[in-house]
Amino acid sequence: MSLLLPKSPTPFSASSIVTWLQRNLFSTWYNCLLTIASLWMIYLGGRGLFLWMFSQAQWTVLQANLRLFFVGRFPIDQIWRVWCIVLLLCAVASLTVGVIQRSRILLISVGALTAIGLGIVPLGGGQGPEMIWVTAMGGVSLLNLLLGPWLKTHLPQRLIVRGLPCIWFLTVFVVLWLLTGGLGLSTIGTNVWQGLLLTVLTAVVSIALSFPIGVLLALGRRSPLPVIRTLSVLYIEVIRGLPLIGVLFVAGVMLPLILPSQVQLDAVLRAVCGLTLFSAAYLAENVRGGLQSIPQGQIEAAKALGLNPVLVLGLVVLPQALRSVIPAIVGQFIGLFKNTSLLSIIGLVELTGISRSILSQPRFIGRHGEVYLFIGLLYWLFCYLMSLGSRRLERQLSVK
Amino acid sequence: MTETTPIIVATDVHKWYDAFHVLQGVDLTVDRQEVVVLMGPSGSGKSTFIRTLNALEDYQQGQIIIDGMELSHDLGNIEAIRREVGMVFQQFNLFPHLTVLQNITLAPIWVRRWPRAKAEEVAMQLLEQVDILEQAHKYPGQLSGGQQQRVAIARALAMQPKIMLFDEPTSALDPEMVKEVLVVMRSLAESGMTMVVVTHEVGFAREVAHRILLMDQGTVVEEATPEQFFQNPQEDRTKLFLSQIL
Repeated sequence: MSLLLPKSPTPFSASSIVTWLQRNLFSTWYNCLLTIASLWMIYLGGRGLFLWMFSQAQWTVLQANLRLFFVGRFPIDQIWRVWCIVLLLCAVASLTVGVIQRSRILLISVGALTAIGLGIVPLGGGQGPEMIWVTAMGGVSLLNLLLGPWLKTHLPQRLIVRGLPCIWFLTVFVVLWLLTGGLGLSTIGTNVWQGLLLTVLTAVVSIALSFPIGVLLALGRRSPLPVIRTLSVLYIEVIRGLPLIGVLFVAGVMLPLILPSQVQLDAVLRAVCGLTLFSAAYLAENVRGGLQSIPQGQIEAAKALGLNPVLVLGLVVLPQALRSVIPAIVGQFIGLFKNTSLLSIIGLVELTGISRSILSQPRFIGRHGEVYLFIGLLYWLFCYLMSLGSRRLERQLSVK
Repeated sequence: MTETTPIIVATDVHKWYDAFHVLQGVDLTVDRQEVVVLMGPSGSGKSTFIRTLNALEDYQQGQIIIDGMELSHDLGNIEAIRREVGMVFQQFNLFPHLTVLQNITLAPIWVRRWPRAKAEEVAMQLLEQVDILEQAHKYPGQLSGGQQQRVAIARALAMQPKIMLFDEPTSALDPEMVKEVLVVMRSLAESGMTMVVVTHEVGFAREVAHRILLMDQGTVVEEATPEQFFQNPQEDRTKLFLSQIL
């Protein structure tokens, strides 16, 4: 509702608060009743949570296991590689954001986040090195946010339009190199990719892979060629009829039994395959909705200009179709991110998995509340960031 | 091709929508630089026919030859013909996600493979020609109907076509915007463009057309010069049609 209200600054006084309360919470006798009942329930729930958080809960379980939550049993002497990845991502992301738009709010929030980070790290038992990394992350982000607008005005636009995707492309390879090793770095097996690191990794890779597959499936479902259309429909309907956990069991447990013994797929890879194939089917239906919303006249106009079918699709249909389904697609991605928690059932130690193993240590038995509240907060944080990004993207791309 | 051969030759074109016989043997020959207006009641098949000329509709029988190339089912051939034939639609059909300038330069860049700078230069000239230079960086949704249709004309002209097809270009416009579009079409005709126009604009037909065809129930009922068509129609169907629209 607040979006609909005029943006004029309202005078902040006691009487205006009273009128606001009257209008919004106590306008009629039944609204009064509802308000009081809601307040009572909020009080009951809030009091319980508050008392538990400050009297019963033992937050040492988080402090003692902070590293496990984030990177699991990643070799301690190699943790600098994870820091490097995060630093690199901070740098590239802030540069991208800086080039796309300049915003003081972003600068302030990055500054605030850095400060909060610097405050929290010592609480988690962090010392000098961690403080330096966090400072570096904040510093680089701020610098790039400021650098972006400058680059935009001083470099030719085409260089930026081509350069940014190249930088992201390179980043992917550097991240993979840092994670797996080789080329001078010691090799790290995927079995020690754990915790939040594994959650984010599987989610990002599955999202990146399922998007093109989903678009292709959606196009296939509308193809005039009967074989392609039937296969696409079959795939989409079969996958949509299966529970994700079933797909993951097939990918994680049954695939090694079915495949010849020479072919050994990595457990993480199998999980990513399962997630990707599952998500692609849902994505295809979302994209199909977008494709159907494009008026026939758009396609005719593009054809009449002499564009071949690929160009009609790539320049006219898909840009409009995808734009119109951004909210649905991002919703799908958020779901995918949360669904990675099911990987703990097929034996991967991602954020939920590591929590379960922490909770099974004798020292921390019964600390479910603290642990699940914490990882819930982490899941929420990432999902919220995605939905924030989607809203921004929507506004950026909105048809004027 | 010599300059004297007709640029469009359609012979005995038939089209069926399932059992419905939309086009029942339409013949049309258009010379270079000629302006032909198709008139007729709604449902007479005039829009369907003009859309067969750039293969937006297929036909089941007959022959269409555009600038010496026969329209076949071969996609490469269809695209080659579409490059030479510009089309303006009733509903404008501008691409809403692109600016006016991008709408116009899209096809020259991707189909003609012009460098962006050249495409933009040509686009700006065309925008000046249709008198909306100052709107180049706006999106179609920010323009009035008349402005959108003029952009659509510029977009079609950017491919430097040999023929322009107009499918009821003013029917979706508010009355006060019809004129600005007709002015552009008139100057285009005066510049020597070959045009086939489906329209109900009597004034345009009378003053600009070289030839007027009246279509009814999938056939050409009468074909005449404007003076003859309006002052001395031969067929009863034409007289009835004129009595209804004048």
